[in-house]
Amino acid sequence: MSEKIPGEDQLPTPGQVLPLAPEPQSAQGVEPGQASGTKPADEVPPPPAANRVMREILSSNWLMTLLAIVLALVVASILIVVTDENVQKAAGYFFARPADTFQAIGRSIGGAYYSLFQGAVYNFARPGFVNGIKPLTETLAFAAPLIAAGLGVAVAFRVGLFNIGGRGQILIAAAVAGWISWSFPLPPFIHMLVAVVGALIGGAVWGGLVGFIKARTGAHEVILTIMLNYVALYLIQFLLKTPGALQAPGTSNPKTPPTDPSAVMPTLSDLLTLLNGGTQVGSFRLNVGFILVILATMFVAWLLNRSSTGFRFRAVGENPHAARVAGIDVKWVFVLAMIISGALVGLAGSIQVLGTNTSGFGDGIDAGIGFDAITVALLGRSRPWGVFFSGILFGALKAGGYSIQAGEGIPIDIVVVVQSVIVLFIAAPPLVRAVFRLPAPGSKPKARRPRLTAEVTR
Amino acid sequence: MKLELQGITKRFGSLVANDHIDLVVEPGEIHCLLGENGAGKSTLMNVLYGLYQADEGSILLDDAVQHFSGPGDAMAAGIGMVHQHFMLIPVFTVAENVMLGHEQTRAGGLLDLAAARAKVREISARFGFDVDPDARIEDLPVGVQQRVEIIKALSRDAKVLVFDEPTAVLTPQETDELMAIMRQLKQSGTAIVFITHKLREVREVADRITVVRLGKVVGEASPTASNSELAAMMVGRSVSLTVEKTPADPGEAALVVRDLSVIDPQNQYVVSHVDFEVRRGEILAIAGVQGNGQTELTEALLGLQPRTEGSVTLDGVEIAGLAPRRILDAGVGFVPEDRGEDGLVGEFTISENLMLDRSNGAPFVRGGAVQKAVLDAFAEEKVREFDIRAQGIGTAVGRLSGGNQQKVVLARELSRELRLFVAAQPTRGVDVGSIEFIHKRIVATRDQGVPIIVVSTELDEVVALADRIAVMYRGGIVGIVPADTPRDVLGLMMAGESPESAGAAVAPAVTTTGAAQ
Repeated sequence: MSEKIPGEDQLPTPGQVLPLAPEPQSAQGVEPGQASGTKPADEVPPPPAANRVMREILSSNWLMTLLAIVLALVVASILIVVTDENVQKAAGYFFARPADTFQAIGRSIGGAYYSLFQGAVYNFARPGFVNGIKPLTETLAFAAPLIAAGLGVAVAFRVGLFNIGGRGQILIAAAVAGWISWSFPLPPFIHMLVAVVGALIGGAVWGGLVGFIKARTGAHEVILTIMLNYVALYLIQFLLKTPGALQAPGTSNPKTPPTDPSAVMPTLSDLLTLLNGGTQVGSFRLNVGFILVILATMFVAWLLNRSSTGFRFRAVGENPHAARVAGIDVKWVFVLAMIISGALVGLAGSIQVLGTNTSGFGDGIDAGIGFDAITVALLGRSRPWGVFFSGILFGALKAGGYSIQAGEGIPIDIVVVVQSVIVLFIAAPPLVRAVFRLPAPGSKPKARRPRLTAEVTR
Repeated sequence: MKLELQGITKRFGSLVANDHIDLVVEPGEIHCLLGENGAGKSTLMNVLYGLYQADEGSILLDDAVQHFSGPGDAMAAGIGMVHQHFMLIPVFTVAENVMLGHEQTRAGGLLDLAAARAKVREISARFGFDVDPDARIEDLPVGVQQRVEIIKALSRDAKVLVFDEPTAVLTPQETDELMAIMRQLKQSGTAIVFITHKLREVREVADRITVVRLGKVVGEASPTASNSELAAMMVGRSVSLTVEKTPADPGEAALVVRDLSVIDPQNQYVVSHVDFEVRRGEILAIAGVQGNGQTELTEALLGLQPRTEGSVTLDGVEIAGLAPRRILDAGVGFVPEDRGEDGLVGEFTISENLMLDRSNGAPFVRGGAVQKAVLDAFAEEKVREFDIRAQGIGTAVGRLSGGNQQKVVLARELSRELRLFVAAQPTRGVDVGSIEFIHKRIVATRDQGVPIIVVSTELDEVVALADRIAVMYRGGIVGIVPADTPRDVLGLMMAGESPESAGAAVAPAVTTTGAAQ
């Protein structure tokens, strides 16, 4: 036998009560009913049910991801159609002239997706390539922090940890990057690099704290990260109101001074202008942060797939018990993974402060990226390049969302709905499978219920 | 009631789990279904119990064709099942568990517990079970819990009883009692299907034996057939059931355990004050019923238990209290009891699992990166050496059979330079063919001069491998006895009797020399 017979010896018995771990002659001191060999609570916790759910999400294949996106776009189309005034009007006299309704529906959907494309990829309405391609650079600019934070969440996912603390980590990282930018006069570019490194450390500390507390006390990282989000938020709010801390001098607004120009990430326009001999080329917001993000993706890919550290990360993520027995220090892996995760999220914070928003920031600098990153990581199945491309997709939806609203009057919220529905479908592979009538992976062909049984011949 | 299965076929995808299986069980007959893990026994019984629908074939009870769409139908038709893992709710009483699923109510929807109690008493009296209807399940020993399962089935007027590997969790004495119960049930006209892979039990109790291999009935055997005949039918080739080994040539004591205790999170001793030593080139087998502290003892040796007391020295160096990494580095090889949980990462490939406990340096890691080429060459070699049957080294370990999974664990642990080898339940859930191989490797390792601890709940395995046998009961070692100690003495020791009194109870002449360490 080289393959296990599915179901043999492991069949869950539906309708039965829970299988009781066999516990003979309860050994001295062992609580009856408690399976022997149960791990002490303060050691490696048993993988929570959430891990299984997560693993299922992560193991769904590319096809499922694609189909989930398609389904989400279909759902979005329906929403666009039913909220479109022209369609509603035409539907009022549907039975008199049904063609009108269909025309309106077509125009509505077509218009929406065309302006999405115009806003996210290429705008044919603008003259010249430089102007036409601007939407694509906008997409990438929006994508950069999403990818960075998504990578952070993904690294934690692969170790079996839910890092919900993106918001706090971004806030702390942003504060550190900003503070470095206006506190230390350094030469351009180097100033930026130092600020980025500072942000990475800030995020790493805020993330590593979670890993440390978890390893030390066994507290659940979801609770820790959520609570540390609040701690970071109110800490930043406090600092923003404290003169001499983050507050811009001479104001009473809870807002920082602008980022020092020498620490600002050079944009694509800056580079092209330099190459062009000083003549301004375009007005691209896309900046050096995107290159850092590409480097970060390459680093995470190496880390997870090639390095021994990543090997241990994955081992702990898949089966912490076996990892512990194999001599892997599971607690240290938790700490290290949260440090790396926090640093990557911190990179997103640095891009926000040094690239996206350089005119001084308030407590909303995270812009929801910390939470969107979870979605990005899920959509990318926590694979580095998967996260990279799902980040770009989300960047496109963000960039295109504004143009849909401006061009077609469709609320930008529809984009949020699309994002949410994508994740919803990815989280529910059976649903997608049901819609597209795909067989479940490793499933057995449905046995036809024998209605008639052969005559008994005897 | 006569049970008849005709041409039952059950496919899972391209895999045929049951291929036209015919089986007739007469009332008042114990029919043994013998086969290896994965042979299709459980699938067949799940078809019978209505958990699976057969693709072909029919189930007949007293010559009437039955259609079961779920266990409820099967139970209503008079089929009862005693599962290997009990389906009881620990915090419920016996009566509550027995009525669960077909609760009788009185006016106002109140549970009629009195009726359930009466039923338990009535069945207990009929078969001489000593079961208190008001005892909570979690307070009962396993053997009694199993009787509750039987009562549960009988309370629904089961005329056909299926026992699925019922002896896995029992002491030899409890097993004997179960056999007696089965005979009693048989006398009262119940048809019994007894699923097992333990040859001794089969020969003791069965009226007829049907052997299943790879989803097919390969033949009937008579209960008078010898062990090796039955094993050969099960495996499809002749297997040697005895492990060929020369007498041990033990050197000096390598592992010395002094006054070792393990304390669990509930602040109780699960291993208490254990003393023993293992010499180079000998196998110390630790026998005992599951759950008497063996698991915790092995984990303590590996540094996996957070709270221990006492001392463990390996070659004179104290290893108690060290981190698992340090203990592994000290040359300890470990086959954990639950390989799926503690030994392997199911989603990892064979090669990744082969480096699982060596991710910290040469030869597989250089400059922080995994040396894929080195690892793959190593994996290819080990797959050949240990005869791991898989599509390739890139196959996820979770897709392998139990025997092949265990070979992966063994290959990993035995390919290091060892100074101590601890194997817990090395052949649990492993097919007979692989058992032979695993035993040979363990003995070969012993012959290289490595001290070995084998923990097993199967007496056959203990007796086959051991040079000395330590019996554990309730966290303590009852005694350490020579390998040729009679089984019934070992059985009594597993129930807590000291070797002296156990020996006296069985045969006054039994020597227990060398028992006391």
